[in-house]
Amino acid sequence: MSINPNRKQVDRTALSVAFTVGLYGAAFGAAGVTAGFSILQTCLLSILLFSGASQFAVVGIMGAGGSAVSAIATATLLGFRNALYGLQMAPILKVKGLKRILAAQITIDESTAVATLQENDADRRRGFYVTGIGVFVFWNLFTFLGALGASAIGDPAVWGLDAAVPAAFCGLIWPRLKNKTHFIVSAVAIAWALLLTPITPAGIPIITTVILAVIFGLKK
Amino acid sequence: MSAIWIAVLGASFTAFLNKYIGHSVPEKWLNRPSFMRINALVPIVLLSALVGVQTFANKKDLVIDQRAAGVLVALVALKFKAPFPVVVISAAITSAAIYNWF
Repeated sequence: MSINPNRKQVDRTALSVAFTVGLYGAAFGAAGVTAGFSILQTCLLSILLFSGASQFAVVGIMGAGGSAVSAIATATLLGFRNALYGLQMAPILKVKGLKRILAAQITIDESTAVATLQENDADRRRGFYVTGIGVFVFWNLFTFLGALGASAIGDPAVWGLDAAVPAAFCGLIWPRLKNKTHFIVSAVAIAWALLLTPITPAGIPIITTVILAVIFGLKK
Repeated sequence: MSAIWIAVLGASFTAFLNKYIGHSVPEKWLNRPSFMRINALVPIVLLSALVGVQTFANKKDLVIDQRAAGVLVALVALKFKAPFPVVVISAAITSAAIYNWF
């Protein structure tokens, strides 16, 4: 294992991505505690579930009084993209057994993104593992700090945490809105969820927007 | 076991299943064009719905309060390509200021 300049470059990209994304963890930790999860439950989501959007969905839906089933269903649908990342990474990583289990756990947006930016398979593997493990470490560290911080606060509205959580969601959606259709779909989903809020149990207004994704996805 | 524990462990299990399946099935099983388009839209609709509900819902009522102002500021920050911590903190400060002073 020689250290070449390119490997250093890969590591630098991977670690800066890992640290920046890790900071989101503080927002998640605060969101978890604000939604009524214990510090342990919040931290377990970051260790075991380890996929930002799905984690935010679980605490968001449970916090709004939704059922465990709608929280799990929403998180599962959000996590499906990780299966597609796994498809992309499997032929590059070529791992089996315990190593595949570990590689699967760190198969997320960031590790796949950094890997696909690289020009050869050795750098792709390096980028995937350094980013994945790096995000895991920082994400969990900051989740704990965020949860600890939020649990020291009584009323979340006093510190603006009630707005910080939807603002964090906006930060997750924004990079995905790549064309006009995406903006329209986003607006329709918001309208749909708000229309259903007064008349259906919590969680239903969110999970049922998947119907919109199917309709708009099949249309073109 | 409380509902929260069921949600934590259940969602963690299906999340891992998603990740592991990707590493284990033949590519052609999942790689279909209409399927991929729907999949690109799924996070957009679910997260948008969550933003809507978390900004305007108070249990089953729809309200406009300090949260809407905070989220509006977040959207402006995103429009100007602000980094994530700036987006979240500016939303929190806006919402807290309105909640505490009005």
